[in-house]
Amino acid sequence: MSTVTTASKSPVYARVPTEPPPRFRDLCRMEWIKVASLRSTWFVLIAAALATVFINLNGVHSDLQYLDKDLAHPTGITPDGHVWHFVYDPLRRSLSEIAVQLMMLGGAAIGALTMFGEFSTGQIRTTFAAVPHRGSVVTAKVTVLCALTTVLAFVVAMISFLGGQAMVASRHVGLSITDHDAQIAIAAYTLVVPICALVGMLFGALIRNATASIVAVVAFLFLVPAFFGGDKYYWVVQLRHLFPGNAESNLTFWPHDPYDSNGKWPASHMHSWAVLAGWAVVSIATALIVVRKRDA
Amino acid sequence: MVPVIELTELTKRYGDKTAVDHLTVTVRSGTVTGFLGPNGSGKSTTLRMILGLNAPSSGAVTVDGRPFAARPRGLRHVGALLDAQDIHGGRSAIAHLKSLAVSNRIPLRRVGEVLEEVGLAETGHKRIGGYSLGMKQRLGIAAALLGDPPVLLFDEPLNGLDPEGVRWVREMFQRLAKEGRTVFVSSHLMTEMEHTAERLVVIGRGRLIADETLVEFARRGSQATVLVRAPEAAALGALLTAEGAAVEPAGDGGLNVLGLPAARIGELAWRNNIMLAELATQNASLEKAFMELTADAVEYVAGDN
Ligand SMILES: Nc1ncnc2c1ncn2[C@@H]1O[C@H](COP(=O)(O)OP(=O)(O)O)[C@@H](O)[C@H]1O
Ligand SMILES: [Mg+2]
Repeated sequence: MSTVTTASKSPVYARVPTEPPPRFRDLCRMEWIKVASLRSTWFVLIAAALATVFINLNGVHSDLQYLDKDLAHPTGITPDGHVWHFVYDPLRRSLSEIAVQLMMLGGAAIGALTMFGEFSTGQIRTTFAAVPHRGSVVTAKVTVLCALTTVLAFVVAMISFLGGQAMVASRHVGLSITDHDAQIAIAAYTLVVPICALVGMLFGALIRNATASIVAVVAFLFLVPAFFGGDKYYWVVQLRHLFPGNAESNLTFWPHDPYDSNGKWPASHMHSWAVLAGWAVVSIATALIVVRKRDA
Repeated sequence: MVPVIELTELTKRYGDKTAVDHLTVTVRSGTVTGFLGPNGSGKSTTLRMILGLNAPSSGAVTVDGRPFAARPRGLRHVGALLDAQDIHGGRSAIAHLKSLAVSNRIPLRRVGEVLEEVGLAETGHKRIGGYSLGMKQRLGIAAALLGDPPVLLFDEPLNGLDPEGVRWVREMFQRLAKEGRTVFVSSHLMTEMEHTAERLVVIGRGRLIADETLVEFARRGSQATVLVRAPEAAALGALLTAEGAAVEPAGDGGLNVLGLPAARIGELAWRNNIMLAELATQNASLEKAFMELTADAVEYVAGDN
């Protein structure tokens, strides 16, 4: 290194930095210490996880009241004369949409926090002075953020699913963990959370301000899709399918209830997975570019 | 002394405002170099460009022959305290320093060592948000020392320190320089640099005004004034004025004379039979030299950054 030649020229220049080779995992450790040492991280994540589990288990529990009645008389006739068979949707309550929105919100908030927490405080300058290689810092952030939110979301999905199915097991309407639809639903229920965390990180990196980043990501994830409601126009439905929340609900939809529909022009599973993957790629790539290009 | 930090025609523009203007400076090792300029003259911007935090609009800057931003890890090369507030208040000092240490593969025992060194060993577990500015300043210094780096940058490090802290910091800078390191310290107050730095880099409106030793800089100040005291002050005053000097009363019957050296004043008095009670050259102060040289470069009367 150049320091060696410099040192040999000058006796006063006593210190030659000797440095072990840089490793990516050290940066992951740095980011982990940073995330884990903030109380707000744990507050947001644990609150979202507990609330999600509670809503799901409580939802199935309240199903039990009418479930026995419906199972005792599984056939009826609708007012317009159709014969109707009772079918219990084992996913709707145990992996409910409203509950996962809390996890998505928590993930997005933590994701935004990893960026605005550094930029709005000036901490980012301390970080980049320690690790000038900005791309590696962002990649380490992505790694830690995805690991943390994926593990937590998976635990939440498993407790919700297994707890819910256990409650209805005696009525023989539950699903096994080996069921294909169940596995897809659990995977989507889990993976949408790190995707939202990445989207949150993107907004945090773009906006850099705490309140504005949170407001923007919440608006994007939960308010903007509401503008694309209804089944009137094909293109509106297609745009709706592009939001992470819609991809998740499409993938957790249980397709075996003949009386329930997933809307007009439903997206394929492939399409929904591609949407989730697409948001991950777009978020990571954009965050890398803006963090590298802009002054810290 | 080896050139360590080299700025070459370094320029930074924000819109149509030029914060740093074709700055070419070399900062050497083994000495404390003061980086002086009025508020808004571009010191912080320059330091940020040295660290690769802000990209230059043109020109280049290297640390030890390489752009700092090209290094994968920085703490073993440059330790910096830019702004003591550049820190997340939600963590403890220990967590903050630990996160920095692990990123650069610095042994974790260094965290305790530097906290001890800056006098924060007791409060290391507390949240940084509750620290006073002086404590944050000390924590920033601890972070700068973590990697035992050969180059140290400090932006207005004496802000917020009590007199005891100021003395401690000065002694530390001198010790670090004696160990052969490069210490580059900014300030907008000459009085802070007077007892801290050996060399000065002075800028105004982003342009280089001086790059020399403290002694050389002092000589640039306006000509020394001479204090004379004589029983016949009025007569002496008239005589000196006639000789082309500027004379003003200094109280107590004394006169401040500008524009004539002491030897010439003594000669004139002797020729005219005027007895002198006192004749003394007042050294031009560094502060005065600084004020004069940057007078037309001052942008803001108050306010930092
Ligand atoms: N991010 C920025 N955007 C626009 N102008 C800036 C920015 N940072 C600094 N400046 C301007 O550049 C000039 C130099 O600022 P600075 O480097 O902070 O000076 P100093 O540290 O000497 O007080 C000032 O006029 C300041 O207003
Ligand atoms: Mg400044």
